[in-house]
Amino acid sequence: MTVSRFRTVLYTIVAIVAVAGLADATYLTVQALTGETLSCGGSPDCFRVLGSSYGKLGGIPVAMLGALAYFTVFTFAIFAAFGYSCAQRFVALIAGAMFLMTLWFLYVQAFLLHAYCRYCLFSAALTFLIAGLLIAVPPSGRRSGA
Amino acid sequence: MTKELSRRNSLLLSRMKRYLPFIIVVGVALVTFGSGAMLYHAKRPQLKAIPEDKALSANSGSESMHIRGNPDAPVTLEEFGDFQCPPCGSFARFAEELLKEYDSRVRLIFRHFPLSAHEHAREASLAAEAAGLQGHFWEMYDVLYREQAVWSKAPNTRELFESYAGTIGLNVDQFKKDMDGEQAKARVDSDYARGESLEIKVTPTLYINGQPVDPKDKNPEGVRAAINAVLAGKPHA
Repeated sequence: MTVSRFRTVLYTIVAIVAVAGLADATYLTVQALTGETLSCGGSPDCFRVLGSSYGKLGGIPVAMLGALAYFTVFTFAIFAAFGYSCAQRFVALIAGAMFLMTLWFLYVQAFLLHAYCRYCLFSAALTFLIAGLLIAVPPSGRRSGA
Repeated sequence: MTKELSRRNSLLLSRMKRYLPFIIVVGVALVTFGSGAMLYHAKRPQLKAIPEDKALSANSGSESMHIRGNPDAPVTLEEFGDFQCPPCGSFARFAEELLKEYDSRVRLIFRHFPLSAHEHAREASLAAEAAGLQGHFWEMYDVLYREQAVWSKAPNTRELFESYAGTIGLNVDQFKKDMDGEQAKARVDSDYARGESLEIKVTPTLYINGQPVDPKDKNPEGVRAAINAVLAGKPHA
């Protein structure tokens, strides 16, 4: 497999993982908007997290921001898979920011709320996977798009 | 001829490759937005106003309900709550502020709606009712919400409830009997049945003078706005 082909495959996997994250975050966004944080899998810990003050940022559900972030990663990963070099930089930038936010939310769950939301942990795992895949992408030379 | 065909095919392929990422991205955006909107409509509780025959008049008998605040207040905030639900705990703290803020103009009525997902919620409701039989419902309500994080995860919930009963000055032996008694059970069941008849699915569910508070308004600003609208003589929902 050539380096270019390998890169395309990795970005395609990143895009697929981002779609999984998008689905998870969309589900949580709907729950937040309908006030159904209570029935999230029947787990009390889950809504202790989602119903907490950390569940919103400036009045916007964090899940909605997460959905937006996953969609952005998906978009740039697709373009990167098609060879758009500047998309590769953007996907790395957004994924880096998501990685840091994920660390913060894990800290909040572990040390401030003492409760874990399984949907949030799933999202954290996906973010780590995306970050791992992006680290594995071989550095590219300058390319001028598709 | 063959060369021309091959050139056209390669041009078509190159065009497709150029537009494909856009098509994929737009497709995923549409699918996500569409399924999110469908899920939202499916999950959005269709709350009904409390029917006339189940409505509470401003001076409904206080002995049949747990009322906090001025019993003759013009605004009735009816809450269907679950003692093990964290948002209900947050609401309880906010409700306390609200009653102080609106003084004699708002009263709070609590209804039990213990969700089956919470293993200790029904027991907590029974504890509150048992305390209520000794005239200390709201004291137990406060303790249960304040200590929610502790008893929700404790293996010895019953012992904790008994210790709370002792703390708020109840006769603990009587409290134990009442927790297992029919009266407390009947009261919790009656509130739950009222909630079910109103098709309540989540807690806290709030009604202001019989009108449901929209889930998106289930926050301090939304509830205040709804109360102010009622006080100003405008329907809030």
